[in-house]
Amino acid sequence: MNTIIDVLESVLAKYALVTGFAVIGVTVWISYVLSDRLTKGRLHGSAIAIFIGLVLAYYGGIATGGSKGISDIKALAGVGIMGGAMLRDLAIVATAFGVRMDEFRKTGLSGIVSLFAGVIISFIVGATIAYAFGYRDAVSLTTIGGGAATYIVGPVTGSAIGASSEVIALSVAAGLVKSILVMTLTPFLAKYIGLDNPRSALIFGGLMGTTSGVAGGLAATDPKLVPYGAMTATFYTGLGCLLGPSVIFIAIRALF
Amino acid sequence: MAIYGTALLSLCLLVGIFVGKLIGILIGVNANVGGVGIAMLLLILLSERLQKSGRLEPPSERGIIFWSTIYIPIVVAMAASQNVLAAIKGGPLALIAGTVSVLVCFALVPLISRLGKTDTTPDAES
Repeated sequence: MNTIIDVLESVLAKYALVTGFAVIGVTVWISYVLSDRLTKGRLHGSAIAIFIGLVLAYYGGIATGGSKGISDIKALAGVGIMGGAMLRDLAIVATAFGVRMDEFRKTGLSGIVSLFAGVIISFIVGATIAYAFGYRDAVSLTTIGGGAATYIVGPVTGSAIGASSEVIALSVAAGLVKSILVMTLTPFLAKYIGLDNPRSALIFGGLMGTTSGVAGGLAATDPKLVPYGAMTATFYTGLGCLLGPSVIFIAIRALF
Repeated sequence: MAIYGTALLSLCLLVGIFVGKLIGILIGVNANVGGVGIAMLLLILLSERLQKSGRLEPPSERGIIFWSTIYIPIVVAMAASQNVLAAIKGGPLALIAGTVSVLVCFALVPLISRLGKTDTTPDAES
């Protein structure tokens, strides 16, 4: 019996990406059945699938103590390859196929406004809440503010200005919370914020910034909007990493 | 052939990420600045041009379309590989900072949508 399990495990581990396709395929199928039977399609299948993915990631973290969710389990490492940056970026770019160029041109200005507003407001919110929790030094306030932007901006900013590893870990956690919330809340809030056209999707991507959150949230809302949101979101982390350790840090240091 | 489309897509991504990294180095940020966005623009421009000259045929297009249809499953796989445990373990500060910034940004979407509308297309107001 043990040998059978061993053989199975070695097959799954060796054919990692294929295993990933199979596991995710089954997950998506179950989600669409649930969406159909339980919610009569009101809760989109992809929203359920993303939620199940997050739950699996949580259990993966508990089971292995690793940082890559379910893909830290050896036999399921392929899920990590499938959902890793390489294939994710390839698929995001592919969604732009068939999009008209002028759609982007029309929204150029509000896209840029939303980017700056998104980055600066996230820093302010993050720093304010860090202040409320007793942090008083500009380095920690800026780093946690960066985490409220994205889980990349936080640590990049923190290591640039010399934050402690505890604060950097907090900023990563804040960024992860943001990304997960954007993935799960977007389909529910979309209709209240007018998120149903390319323009507002571009602005949404610029304000939220978390590529994974925006990609997941828009996929579960309306896949047609994905390229627009992803387009602006992809500039957000760069802008955050640029402004965080420089202008924003200097501004926060001037205040405290 | 499908591989032509997939190769076009891959080249766009590689060029985009490369340029994004160069921009990052130029402005002194150790990150890829807008690489995916640049790749998307490249793909839109190149595919429009190739389609017009009749050199991107439907079989080749399928090599791009496949990847855009597999997009949602890839996002599910991405969700399953997130460090959800760390997010929850970050405690109340991380939870509140993440939540409030998300809610504030949600509230801003309709505001900025309206701003841009009156700025650029005053005649399109309905």
